[in-house]
Amino acid sequence: MTINNSSKTGLILLLATMVLVIPAQAQIDLSGEWAAVFHEDFDERRPGPEMVEYQGIPINEAARRRALSWSPSLLTLPEHQCKPHPSDYGSRGPSNMRIWKEIDSESQQLIAYHTRIRWQAPERTIWMDGREHPPEHAAHTWQGFSTGHWEGNVLVVRTTHLKQGWARRNGVARSDLAEFTEHFFRHGDYMTQVVIVNDPVYLTEPFIRTNNWKIDLFQQIPPYLCETVTEIDRPQGEVPHYLPGQNPFMGEHAERYNLPIEGVLGGAQTMYPSFIE
Amino acid sequence: MSIQLDRFIKRVSTSLSFCLLLFPTISVAQQNFDDVEIQALHVQGNIYMLVGAGGNITLQAGEQGVLIVDTMFAPLSDKIFAAIRSISEKPITYIINTHAHSDHIGGNANLALMGSNIAGGNTIDLFAGTGNQAKVVAHENVMANILVQDNPIAIEGWPTDTYYTPKKDLFFNGEAIMITHQPNAHTDGDSLIFFRRSDVISAGDIFNTTGYPYIDVANGGTLQGVLDGLNNILDMAVPADRQEGGTMIIPGHGRLSDEADVLDYRDMLTIIRDRIAYRIDQGDSLVQVLASEPTYDYDVRYGADSGFWTTRQFVETVYNELSAQ
Repeated sequence: MTINNSSKTGLILLLATMVLVIPAQAQIDLSGEWAAVFHEDFDERRPGPEMVEYQGIPINEAARRRALSWSPSLLTLPEHQCKPHPSDYGSRGPSNMRIWKEIDSESQQLIAYHTRIRWQAPERTIWMDGREHPPEHAAHTWQGFSTGHWEGNVLVVRTTHLKQGWARRNGVARSDLAEFTEHFFRHGDYMTQVVIVNDPVYLTEPFIRTNNWKIDLFQQIPPYLCETVTEIDRPQGEVPHYLPGQNPFMGEHAERYNLPIEGVLGGAQTMYPSFIE
Repeated sequence: MSIQLDRFIKRVSTSLSFCLLLFPTISVAQQNFDDVEIQALHVQGNIYMLVGAGGNITLQAGEQGVLIVDTMFAPLSDKIFAAIRSISEKPITYIINTHAHSDHIGGNANLALMGSNIAGGNTIDLFAGTGNQAKVVAHENVMANILVQDNPIAIEGWPTDTYYTPKKDLFFNGEAIMITHQPNAHTDGDSLIFFRRSDVISAGDIFNTTGYPYIDVANGGTLQGVLDGLNNILDMAVPADRQEGGTMIIPGHGRLSDEADVLDYRDMLTIIRDRIAYRIDQGDSLVQVLASEPTYDYDVRYGADSGFWTTRQFVETVYNELSAQ
């Protein structure tokens, strides 16, 4: 087969066009229905952590004391009952997730990814259009303000403007001054998320966790309605908590699993194999 | 009347020495406002939040005019006015003061004189405060508090419309505005202002996101009053779907908030109060209570070792309040 000059020129232009669009097209699509895979940290994520089980979290002494004052009865207060997980923790719970794209109809540029998670149905936006984060005095939300960019096929997301939340749902607090970075990797039908939380108030080192999903073409995320109820008739303003030195669960987890108490009280040192050794 | 007079006389006697402590620390003379920018943030509905130096300003704008809650410091008035003009061309008709501290009422006179209120015919200029300036609304204890200040704001900024009842209502720009006196909280003249249609509460210094609450004991402030105020805010506020937004709360200082933020702050202060109360019940002295570090787990976020209001002052104030019960 022979190719004349005009055909060569056309082919070169076609190839050049394809090359020019490769950066956008090569970025892997994360859209779809994703079923949570709980092969990591199952006991913490599904049954839930036990009281005074803080190992593996790089908390400081302030976070430890605050966690020891936390009573699960706090969750009986109506104002606490419908709180969703903050976005840095949402993937740890019942986290079947839908991801969908928002595309500009004219330019076909990706404006944002949106996610919805099953438990408490939080919806989140990851802006991909290069916009700035809000000013310091803007409101903080459970899902925070997220912007993303691609590093190869990895979606890197930065989130600020978070409400006060939790590093573990047994009273280990994460402050509203924290920020976090995520990396989303897709490998075929699986997706891995790496979450790196920095909290100047309660963490001494970045707190890093990973979560995984598998694509599920048949997944239907049901609606989630939450209404508060008065579980215990309390005087206005009463806040359940344990006074210093009076947490009744102190040592229970350590004793059950024959762990040293200094281990279950957490801290950066408990993240590393050298501590276990 | 006699009770109010008694309170006023008592306040005069207790406030003078305190003012020497308080007001130099937040005085205008010591501050340079040249670099301060007034930033406007649309909250929702008719409401905006203006942020600069001093207490946050809540702004309501509509067809009838502009209403502002608090006025920051006097040297910022031109910048504040420019920020208002970027939102509305209507006159400033109402100023509501949440309390009497200079970082919240400093610009009263300037901004009141830049405005006008609803008056016409032969009432204009006939009575002070009609027509030619904005009305200034506040609890009567704000007025009493101004009168005892060493260097009070100009008379044009004094309240023209005080209330002494637990509540006062306004209807302005198509919106019900419910003003609630919160007794003995940050001061004894605090007002919570609820913009019912826009679903926004202006909390004054009963709620802030920057530190432990400053309790102005000399002017009738108490921690329990602050807690009562926070609980009242929680009663009024309703979060929206998925607990995001809903009723928005503008704090006296710090960032825009909603119910969950007030809830965390209320929980913290209640826990700290309970810890100190427990130590007092055990017979501990102030020194022993301070040594027990009852605020330790919140200090990195809210505490201060120096400046106008330290953690130690906060704990000492709470200790004194609870010990007296």
